[in-house]
Amino acid sequence: MPLVAWLTWLGETPWSIALHESQYAWPFTESLHVLTLTIFAGTAAVLDLRLLGLALSGVPVTALTARLLPWTRFGFFIMVVTGALLFYATPLTYYHSIFFRVKLILLAVAGINVFVFHARTHKSAAQWDETTFLPWAARVAAAVSLFAWAGVIVSGRLIAYNWFECDLQPQSAFINWAASCPATPR
Amino acid sequence: MDFLPWFEWGEASWLGQFVRTSVWMFPVIEAIHLLGLSMLGGLMLIVDLRLLGVALRDQPIAVLSRGVQPWLVRSVVLMLSTGFLLFISEAVKCYHNQAFWVKMATLPVAIAFTFLVRQRFASRDGVVTSWRSRALALVSIGLWTTVSIGGRWIGFSS
Repeated sequence: MPLVAWLTWLGETPWSIALHESQYAWPFTESLHVLTLTIFAGTAAVLDLRLLGLALSGVPVTALTARLLPWTRFGFFIMVVTGALLFYATPLTYYHSIFFRVKLILLAVAGINVFVFHARTHKSAAQWDETTFLPWAARVAAAVSLFAWAGVIVSGRLIAYNWFECDLQPQSAFINWAASCPATPR
Repeated sequence: MDFLPWFEWGEASWLGQFVRTSVWMFPVIEAIHLLGLSMLGGLMLIVDLRLLGVALRDQPIAVLSRGVQPWLVRSVVLMLSTGFLLFISEAVKCYHNQAFWVKMATLPVAIAFTFLVRQRFASRDGVVTSWRSRALALVSIGLWTTVSIGGRWIGFSS
């Protein structure tokens, strides 16, 4: 399969090996990835709580989306860069990780939710700016966002655990299928 | 005073063994701890960035500070309770871990500073960005960054 071959090649490039085996570069990148959660997920969660009417009801929604979202985007940019670096360090491990696959699916859900919210729901934000109880579309978007990003964080954290790794056979047929484990020698 | 006997007792306790012997308990509590970190960090940053005068400048500081207070308390409670469970399951490892002690030395200072100094300062009516508000924000960011880096490094420095 071309993708596996490409990821194998990627994992054997000198910089990938250097990052993977480094004493400080990898932990530094990982720490930056985790701590940037506060800038990205933290600010996004506060906006979600505002949309749900559970926090900062004295602050207009558009003030938060205009003045807080740039920080959220800045955080997301660092998340993506550091995340890509971590993937680059051990591409095949992530490819065969069930939790990484769950994380990608939840990232897609969260991403679609962000797109729908900004393309449709937020267009009328000025009308419900000062109110505590917002239209259901805004509240559903906030709830989906909170759960999807929480799922992304939890599945991301669980990538570190090897319970379902292909190397640890026997695994159930479902796990071997879901993680695209190569056929194991009998 | 040597904490080691206390830590050994904690790890051997029913609660310590309960978390320690489970396959999934530690990872799940750790993941919840991480959700708490996101929440707490976001709430801290909103007020700190406002005190620095770099975010949400058109909103009064006191409105933001008072608005985040209930969630700030909830996040700290969540962090402390999940953090305690993680700690007690591997207390002896923590005892020999420098990063753990860095975190434990800064954490009480950070909590006291946040609730006794920063939140009181920022929740007063009419408070505006000043050299004092900026200094408070920088101290706050410095303290919590040390706490969180210390926390992350517990896992690396074992």
